[in-house]
Amino acid sequence: MDYFDRFAIPHPSPVIYASMVAIGITVLAIIAGLTYFKKWGYLWREWLTTVDHKRIGIMYLISALLMLFRGGVDAIMLRAQLSVPENKLLDAQHYNEIFSTHGVVMILFMAMPFIIALMNFVVPLQIGARDVAFPRLNALSFWLFFMGAMLFNISFVVGGSPDAGWTSYFPLAGNEFSESVGTNYYMIAIQIAGIGTLMTGINFMTTILRMRAPGMTLMKMPMFTWSSLITNLIIVFAFPVLTVTLAMGTMDRLFGTNFFTTDNGGMDMLWANLFWVWGHPEVYILILPAFGIYSEVISTFARRNLYGYKSMVASMVAISFLSFLVWAHHFFTMGQGALTNSIFSITTMAIAVPTGVKIFNWLLTLWKGKIVITTPMLYSLLFIPLFTLGGVTGVMLGMSAADYQYHNTMFLVAHFHMVIIPGVIFAMLAGLTYYWPKMFGFMLNERIGKWAAWLIAIGTLVAFMPMFFSGLDGQARRMYTYSESTGFGIYNMISFIGALVLAVGFVLIVYNIYYSTRYASRDISSDPWDARSLEWATHTPVPEYNFAILPQVNSTEALWDAKKKGHVLFKGEYEKIHMPNNSGVPFIMGCIFFAWGFSFVFGMWIPLILTTIGIFACMALRSFEKDHGRYISVEEIEETETKLRGAN
Amino acid sequence: MKIKWALLTIVFTVITVLTGCEPLMVLDPKGPQAETQANDIMLSIGIMSFIVIVVFALLAFVLIKYRASKQSKDYEPPHMEGNVIVEAICVGIPVLIVAFLSFVSVQSNYKVEATPKGYEDKEPLVIYASSSNWKWHFSYPEEGIETVNYLNIPTDRPLEFKLYSYGPITSFWIPQLGGQKYAMSDMVNTLHLGADVPGEFMGRNANFSGKGFAENTFDVEAMPEAEFDEWVEEVKETAEPVTEEKFDELLEPGHLGRMTFTGTHLEFNPPPTGHNHGSSDSDEHSEDEHTEHQESSDSDEKETEHNNH
Repeated sequence: MDYFDRFAIPHPSPVIYASMVAIGITVLAIIAGLTYFKKWGYLWREWLTTVDHKRIGIMYLISALLMLFRGGVDAIMLRAQLSVPENKLLDAQHYNEIFSTHGVVMILFMAMPFIIALMNFVVPLQIGARDVAFPRLNALSFWLFFMGAMLFNISFVVGGSPDAGWTSYFPLAGNEFSESVGTNYYMIAIQIAGIGTLMTGINFMTTILRMRAPGMTLMKMPMFTWSSLITNLIIVFAFPVLTVTLAMGTMDRLFGTNFFTTDNGGMDMLWANLFWVWGHPEVYILILPAFGIYSEVISTFARRNLYGYKSMVASMVAISFLSFLVWAHHFFTMGQGALTNSIFSITTMAIAVPTGVKIFNWLLTLWKGKIVITTPMLYSLLFIPLFTLGGVTGVMLGMSAADYQYHNTMFLVAHFHMVIIPGVIFAMLAGLTYYWPKMFGFMLNERIGKWAAWLIAIGTLVAFMPMFFSGLDGQARRMYTYSESTGFGIYNMISFIGALVLAVGFVLIVYNIYYSTRYASRDISSDPWDARSLEWATHTPVPEYNFAILPQVNSTEALWDAKKKGHVLFKGEYEKIHMPNNSGVPFIMGCIFFAWGFSFVFGMWIPLILTTIGIFACMALRSFEKDHGRYISVEEIEETETKLRGAN
Repeated sequence: MKIKWALLTIVFTVITVLTGCEPLMVLDPKGPQAETQANDIMLSIGIMSFIVIVVFALLAFVLIKYRASKQSKDYEPPHMEGNVIVEAICVGIPVLIVAFLSFVSVQSNYKVEATPKGYEDKEPLVIYASSSNWKWHFSYPEEGIETVNYLNIPTDRPLEFKLYSYGPITSFWIPQLGGQKYAMSDMVNTLHLGADVPGEFMGRNANFSGKGFAENTFDVEAMPEAEFDEWVEEVKETAEPVTEEKFDELLEPGHLGRMTFTGTHLEFNPPPTGHNHGSSDSDEHSEDEHTEHQESSDSDEKETEHNNH
């Protein structure tokens, strides 16, 4: 029996048993449904084995939305617990687990796949390519991310969730103070997903640098592609740090090393430093693609070219450089002394300059434009004021002496939610609504979409503005309860109401997807927003080869030039197109990685060795496999093109 | 749209009303360090409000003026690449603001990392503050007494807290006296504070340290020097001595009420030997630096002595 004890939940509660049942029923329902509708073959052929960047993008998107709701439910529970003083809804242990998983899920398993979803779908179309540089690697990236996310999510029903915060500072996260397997899940699940992300970084850098359409020089790339290039550059530099840090943490927990322990020469400060050397660039990995989306959306709906293209690019390069020089601002209070703090204080505030340049450039793009407020545009317009509020409080936090008072308080929590929600989430929702017709061939309802946007914006303000005040009033973050005499009650009650408004907004988005799927017109053009860049130059739905003839590019807005200035995008005849073959190996390798991670979490060494061999076997198989892809014949292209042209 | 704007207005009104409530702890400083920080905060709020107003105004202007519904159907927005002068202004003004704030920030850094201003000529009171799951131990080595979960301090005298932890990283924070600093198990951090007026303040661990974190607080009472001395005398007469055995018992994870002892645990359970070299760099006054080094070498001596036993 002892052996099986480790799989039990250390702190069970009715809610967890209910979720176990719910998970079981859902899995059974999915299996039954697939069997009843005879969809297993379809699922395997069209999705599990696909290497098409568009389908991989959609799978990333679905995962991100699922994780958004997992993280959102966590958030509601946290706010509900704090809504009144001395609340007994959750105990300390549950609260700690929930805020830890909320952070990890939202950053690594929601925001990351969301940006990667849009990158996957949009970047190859935007640069006029037929797929990414390494399609099969792309599939492997997705399956590693997905299996990492799943492994992390089963932690709350098998063995217990991590409870040391999303930052997982040692020695708290060490064996001495975190005895359950929760932190093992943290180390291994993020490791697996992180390897996937690192491969995405390499893949997209190669794609953008090597596969652009003829005529598209670097300075003629659309802004979202530029932001993706810079983002993937940061990924390639930052993620290896995470890999190494997590490996060290894993060894401390499972193999008795002493990197971060309190004795035998270990150093707890080392974890904090290494974590944030990755963690701060990570923030910019999230925000830069978001900036790219805003640039596309604002210029489309202001009916103008993006103002200050060169300074936009320069500011992103500056941000990417500075992002590696500010990590110590996450712990000004560690006692580095005035000199070190001063240096990091200045570099931190310096980031406000390139960010400010971007805000002003968007405002100048709106200037003299012809602004049409659609749902994606509404998100972008709400982003500017809300993000400004979040951004300026970031400058305040950058003043290190004052940070001694903000650090670890709700003020900080308010700040990063006020930048991440308007910055990243609004952008992803804008991008989702904007690219939805290209992905699925119909538009989301504008009326419901705008209601959702307003509710989410108002919910954000109501939920997070009070935290600035409660932070300055001495409420530390991560407290599971507080006494009535502190006076924090009113702020937290308002926050809870804001969280509920946010929840209604997100539910409306789901309802919109349902409603539009049922009722929206399928008869839309391939360019429904009257947009400016190449992704709108191909058909809807996009054929698997993207472009029958590779487009010719002469400016940053090739499609606009084709529409307004008579530029000819597609010259020449159809030729046969070389495409990659589907492969089941990435999915199988993902499954093996899942088993590998699970064995690792519980220290089951024999399965661990077997799965490790399995992973290497898959890699060896790939090395010796002869797969030259396949060709789509000219007749087939002609047939598809005629059919799609008819559909428009 | 009208409903939404009305809602937004309500949100902002509520926020403004909230600000009007009793002063927020951090903005109600009772010591010189907290005052420096509160001044920085108010200054930065002022400058940032200006930026926020400018951005909001610009956004409102372009949205009102350049809506498609306000323009003729055949209006074609112009193609503009950008303008060096406009972009230079967009860079220049933020650079000036950031430069000014950097200047303030650096100045304050050296202020909060040194003996509080106006207190330089007084001898500092050294207090060792150590955390264990989930308690605070305060040792007064000069007075030879120790308390748990409460801290009595004299007013008008510089306070030098030596911070370390028996366990996870914690953060020592008394918002009304000054900002926080980490207490860690492998090094001693120094935090300079001071209290201008007598009173009772909230103190807590601000850094998440596990299950008992929320209740990891302590009471602070600042009193005039004479009263403080009286209290020390009283403790010496009435309290039990802290023994190694008793202290080990105190270190067990859990919560405790207020406790008082004579003697300090520093004698048999010395603080970690790692020293924070960074903070001694920050001392502007060579005199202070000198005393600090002397103190640290003193405690080094004590430690070696005890290790020999």
